[in-house]
Amino acid sequence: MKRKYFAIPYAVWMLVLIIAPMILIMMYAFTGQADGAFTLDNIKEALNPVYMKVLLRSLELAVISTVICLFLGYPIAYFLSRMPARRAAILSMLFIVPMWMNFLLRTYAWMNILDTNGLINQLLVALDLGRVKLMNTQGAVVVGMVYNYLPFMILPIYNILQKMPKESIEAAQDLGSTDRQVFTKVVFPLSIPGVISGITMVFIPTITTFAISRLLGGSQFMLYGDLIENQFLSVGQANGGWHVGAALSFIMMVLVFICMAIANHFDKGEENGGTMI
Amino acid sequence: MKKIALLLTAVLLAVALVGCTGGGGVEKTMSLYVLNWGDYIDEEILEAFRKEYSYIDVHYDTMTSNEEMIIRLQSTDSIYDLCFPSDYIITKLIKQGLLAEVDTSRLTNYGNIDKRFLSLEFDPENRYSVPYHWGTVGILYNTTMVDEPVNSWDILWNEKYDDQIYMYDSVRDSMMVALTKLGYSSNTTDEAQILEAEALLKQQKPLVAAYGTDDLRDRMISGSGALAVTYSGDAYAAVIENPDLDFAVPDEGSNIWFDNMIIPKSSKNVDAAYLFIDYLLRADVAAANASYIGYSTPNKAAMELLDAEMLENDVFNPSQDTIDRCNAFVDLGEAEKLYHSAWTRLKAE
Repeated sequence: MKRKYFAIPYAVWMLVLIIAPMILIMMYAFTGQADGAFTLDNIKEALNPVYMKVLLRSLELAVISTVICLFLGYPIAYFLSRMPARRAAILSMLFIVPMWMNFLLRTYAWMNILDTNGLINQLLVALDLGRVKLMNTQGAVVVGMVYNYLPFMILPIYNILQKMPKESIEAAQDLGSTDRQVFTKVVFPLSIPGVISGITMVFIPTITTFAISRLLGGSQFMLYGDLIENQFLSVGQANGGWHVGAALSFIMMVLVFICMAIANHFDKGEENGGTMI
Repeated sequence: MKKIALLLTAVLLAVALVGCTGGGGVEKTMSLYVLNWGDYIDEEILEAFRKEYSYIDVHYDTMTSNEEMIIRLQSTDSIYDLCFPSDYIITKLIKQGLLAEVDTSRLTNYGNIDKRFLSLEFDPENRYSVPYHWGTVGILYNTTMVDEPVNSWDILWNEKYDDQIYMYDSVRDSMMVALTKLGYSSNTTDEAQILEAEALLKQQKPLVAAYGTDDLRDRMISGSGALAVTYSGDAYAAVIENPDLDFAVPDEGSNIWFDNMIIPKSSKNVDAAYLFIDYLLRADVAAANASYIGYSTPNKAAMELLDAEMLENDVFNPSQDTIDRCNAFVDLGEAEKLYHSAWTRLKAE
């Protein structure tokens, strides 16, 4: 089978850009700054209460953002999937096109919307309602995350809903299901794999995100991604920052693996239950 | 098919030829890779240099922090020929052996530099660095929101300005504010003093609207905050944009910093680097540059060319009194870790 040679670029890509960096992270995470010998000190340092607090905050914001994305994204995906294909294509462009813009630029735009003298507050002042504090809050960070990652929730769910055979729905209706039962007993269970990949695609980037909290949260709510960046860029190599930063990344990797494993477990369970994909 | 291929080849060749003859038909015999802070040179000067030395192919890159620059210079395949690090970073770079010695006899305009800015602590014999610009750190404030005189760091702890205070998102600068307020040296290596400063900043955190960097200038111009810790040059530019703003260097003292031109040891285009440094030292060029970026210039000959209005400006041209109460940062060595831990704890809280 010559065809397997087509996989070579993929294998090389994986090796050079995914496996090798992971090995490097492990090397840095488990060696000392001074002598390069094996040590658990970096991991211990990375597990100290201050950093754990940051991790918990990241988890909290990631869960909140993911739940909001799910509750916003599912109905959008559902309505898109029931539209004529052409209209759905045009409408889905509306949320895909902004993604062509740079991520930072989109986040900067939110700064102008949420600022004390920003669009929302100008409107409120014009309506004589007084200003509200929107910028530099945890809420602003969540808004930034939801805005940036919502498309990643909508698309997989939309894909799966769109491919769902009409026959399944018709069969349920034939057998006397109400619209509500059709959704809860047929449509939603069949769309679980899409929901799971949506959750994975939102949760993992949000938990590792950085920059958003700096731009919209005024750098007040340090997230795990910021912590890692800070270790590498500010603390720097000379102060052992690369080693602690690698240890932090390692902990994050373990966490992400656990999340993926849980997600895969759900996914598989559903497949055995008779998903048609 | 063949015709299309031929056509494509012709187009490619034509493009390649144009590329070779671009820049007025002069062949580029030298390259120059410059790494500078963002918005820290008058782009027109860069263009003028490109025109005057049309045989030099100038590549210009920017960075956002000293730390980023160190990482780029440490890289084994660093391409840069000229960088603009600050004082205490120079000490670090010298220690790491990353800097080439500067032969000042090759700089015809070296004499333009004010003696006050030579032989400073970080490079006492001026062997590795040539002064570029300098400035102070102070408080940029909005006179429509602050009605009391701004002459002390204490105002940044005043609850009246809850949520209208911006701090600088950099460990040394923010720690300097707290240490100076406590009456300690901003270069202290005493752990107890560092912890005390951390506690003070922690106490201040609920009042702080945001920790920012270059964005603070825009936020102050738009009137989003009352007080911000800012570099003098940023303050100079901000006051021009929004006349309600004013800048003060607190009485307790502050930081004075000096950015310098250095040639990395790994530079492959040393001759071009000398030409560019010498160009930037030329009185008219330095004067134009200073009036564009708003940071103080150590170039005496350039000062003589500047408008009286600029020279009278206290932000651009601080009085000797202001300079005297300011201190420069020095490399902290091992103690740097204490600062970073304190800062991380503060930000993570």
